[in-house]
Amino acid sequence: MENPEAKKLVSIKNLTLTFNAGKKNEKTALEDVSFDIYEGETFGLVGESGSGKTTLGRTVLKLYSPAGGSIEFDGSDINKMKKKELADFRSKAQMIFQDPQASLNGRLTVSNILGEGLDEAGFTKNKEERRKKVLELLHMVGLNEDHASRYPHEFSGGQKQRIGIARALAVQPKFVIADEPISALDVSVQAQVVNLLAKLQKEQKLTYLFIAHDLAMVKYLSDRIGVLHWGKLVELGTADQVYNHPLHPYTKSLLSAVPVPDPVKEKAHHVKSYDPSFEKDGQERHMVEMEAGHFVLATQEEAAKYKADQN
Amino acid sequence: MQTPILEVKNLEVSFATYAGTIQAIRGVDFQLFEGETLAIVGESGSGKSVTTKTLLGLNAANATVKKGSQILLGNTNLADYKEKDWDQIRGKKIAMVFQDPMTSLDPTMTIGKQIAEPMEKHLGKKAKEAREAALALMKDVGIPDAEEHIDDYPHQWSGGMRQRAVIAIALAAEPDILIADEPTTALDVTIQAQILNILKAQQKKRKMAVIFITHDLGVVADVADRVAVMYAGKIVEKGTVNEIFYNPKHPYTWGLLSSMPTTSTALGSLHAIPGTPPDLLYPPKGDAFANRNAYALKIDHEKQPPFFQVSPTHEAATWLLDKRAPKVVPPEEIQKRQAYWQEHFVKEG
Ligand SMILES: Nc1ncnc2c1ncn2[C@@H]1O[C@H](COP(=O)(O)OP(=O)(O)OP(=O)(O)O)[C@@H](O)[C@H]1O
Ligand SMILES: Nc1ncnc2c1ncn2[C@@H]1O[C@H](COP(=O)(O)OP(=O)(O)OP(=O)(O)O)[C@@H](O)[C@H]1O
Ligand SMILES: [Mg+2]
Ligand SMILES: [Mg+2]
Repeated sequence: MENPEAKKLVSIKNLTLTFNAGKKNEKTALEDVSFDIYEGETFGLVGESGSGKTTLGRTVLKLYSPAGGSIEFDGSDINKMKKKELADFRSKAQMIFQDPQASLNGRLTVSNILGEGLDEAGFTKNKEERRKKVLELLHMVGLNEDHASRYPHEFSGGQKQRIGIARALAVQPKFVIADEPISALDVSVQAQVVNLLAKLQKEQKLTYLFIAHDLAMVKYLSDRIGVLHWGKLVELGTADQVYNHPLHPYTKSLLSAVPVPDPVKEKAHHVKSYDPSFEKDGQERHMVEMEAGHFVLATQEEAAKYKADQN
Repeated sequence: MQTPILEVKNLEVSFATYAGTIQAIRGVDFQLFEGETLAIVGESGSGKSVTTKTLLGLNAANATVKKGSQILLGNTNLADYKEKDWDQIRGKKIAMVFQDPMTSLDPTMTIGKQIAEPMEKHLGKKAKEAREAALALMKDVGIPDAEEHIDDYPHQWSGGMRQRAVIAIALAAEPDILIADEPTTALDVTIQAQILNILKAQQKKRKMAVIFITHDLGVVADVADRVAVMYAGKIVEKGTVNEIFYNPKHPYTWGLLSSMPTTSTALGSLHAIPGTPPDLLYPPKGDAFANRNAYALKIDHEKQPPFFQVSPTHEAATWLLDKRAPKVVPPEEIQKRQAYWQEHFVKEG
């Protein structure tokens, strides 16, 4: 996605988010985060537990109000949208969750879960059309007519996640945030769901923000990757740049911690430790562009050092 | 030949449910040797947890261990144990670490007390002595400033720290066997790496045998000496970690290894095993994997394959290993692994 012609679908500028502002348990979950997501790409977001990935996803969907900065969707600031524009945004941006069980209404049949989404978006003129659209959605995610009258608990984890995906896609979104959509699934089922996401993206020109712990999967699916640490974006680049030529010591440590399914390599391999204390030394750091499209959060001296380390 | 410290023979476990009898474990055999790590991998619902819970008598009330099943720990058959007998085994001979540390921690008791308790109970340590030992163990499992935190309650700790506490509790009575069921699945990779290192170091120090359940093949590659692959209540392949990763024979193992992306996998070309596993209310009569297996022979649908010996340490239950079976070409990812096997593990001549 280095194409300069590519259109920015989501533009996040200097985003800061604070939980419990002004209280004793105040927590800055996101600090001065900036990046863009281009139309049609998959942007992967990685980082340790508590780094702010889910918070970022939810803020982009306008579920939290930022303390500072702005988020533009298709050119408009989501926090300044008027009623009609907002309703439009709500259907164009959807989320797929880690736990499909928790996100599906257990008292509705699959047909009604999907139908609800279709109704919401005003896509159904009559019963017959609703039924037809529900079937289309089921086929799209590799399920069939037989599944329509069943309830979520009658499905396996992978099938539930397919229903979750179908529900998100019912309203024909342009942008989908997938927050750890495969973490709870079996290895073989993970591959099914990931292939499905890739297929749907191609067919419907979807844009994804893909949040995951599994760095191999993120590398596999993403065009570009952002690395979050303690609420700050510390590195940003193409999947190849970040994965194969990491700059920030945190990214290097994170990548080194990923076990590879290759016993000879894995048993010989050591995890690089990371001492984050310098992040709190009070120095100002900025995103420095080290090569086209590859940014690292650093002071000028650190940037020079990272560059030297790479060669 | 080394004698195993634990030997499971023809283990069968079923569950009585509303809908009928679920045949969850359908004849499982394996051995465990001193100081080794045996990893159990396999599809969700294949019986990994039930198998290991049975070793501790921890199955749900609707479970039945079939007559004739053997779980031999030395000269005793644990399959015959009654509830009152298990106290001698649990925590003392065999201890367990679960995925969610909160399920194995008591929220109302300090962490120091929870670690000291098995020492008092099984090792006959006095309270003060046990507290000292608990403190040492907390340091062993990498809990920083242990002195300050010995009287903390579990809710005050992060997930990674809690899992260290659970490991400390499991190690407290110096068991010979540690069962770890997805101990790092809920943790991020950084914390996972720390926990795995702690487990490996403690295992070495104590010459403990470990049964490690995980669905992450990277973790298996890291920790395992030997691997058992389970599918639909049976072990379908077992071997040394190198045999399973570089020279796998069962199509299910092929499917598993091919469904993880490597750094060079092109988008859209990730292999996914189609379909879903069989319903164990009605186990199929042939190889349970047959209906998802692109390599299935006619006989796979009709008759249970026996184990075919690949090497003294490696066996797989697939008709593809029968002399009469046609030669098949495994998936590309597997061919690459086999090439590595040929080059590094097969001696000339
Ligand atoms: N509603 C909330 N109120 C207060 N603090 C919160 C809230 N939600 C999240 N936090 C805190 O904000 C930080 C970021 O949390 P977040 O859930 O975004 O992390 P994450 O990167 O998604 O982690 P994980 O990988 O575990 O899902 C954490 O310190 C978390 O405890
Ligand atoms: N109490 C129970 N009643 C009925 N069936 C049960 C019970 N406990 C387990 N089972 C069944 O036994 C089979 C094996 O379950 P088990 O928990 O061992 O799977 P697993 O391999 O550990 O899967 P996972 O990877 O999801 O943890 C499954 O089909 C499960 O539904
Ligand atoms: Mg999260
Ligand atoms: Mg389990």
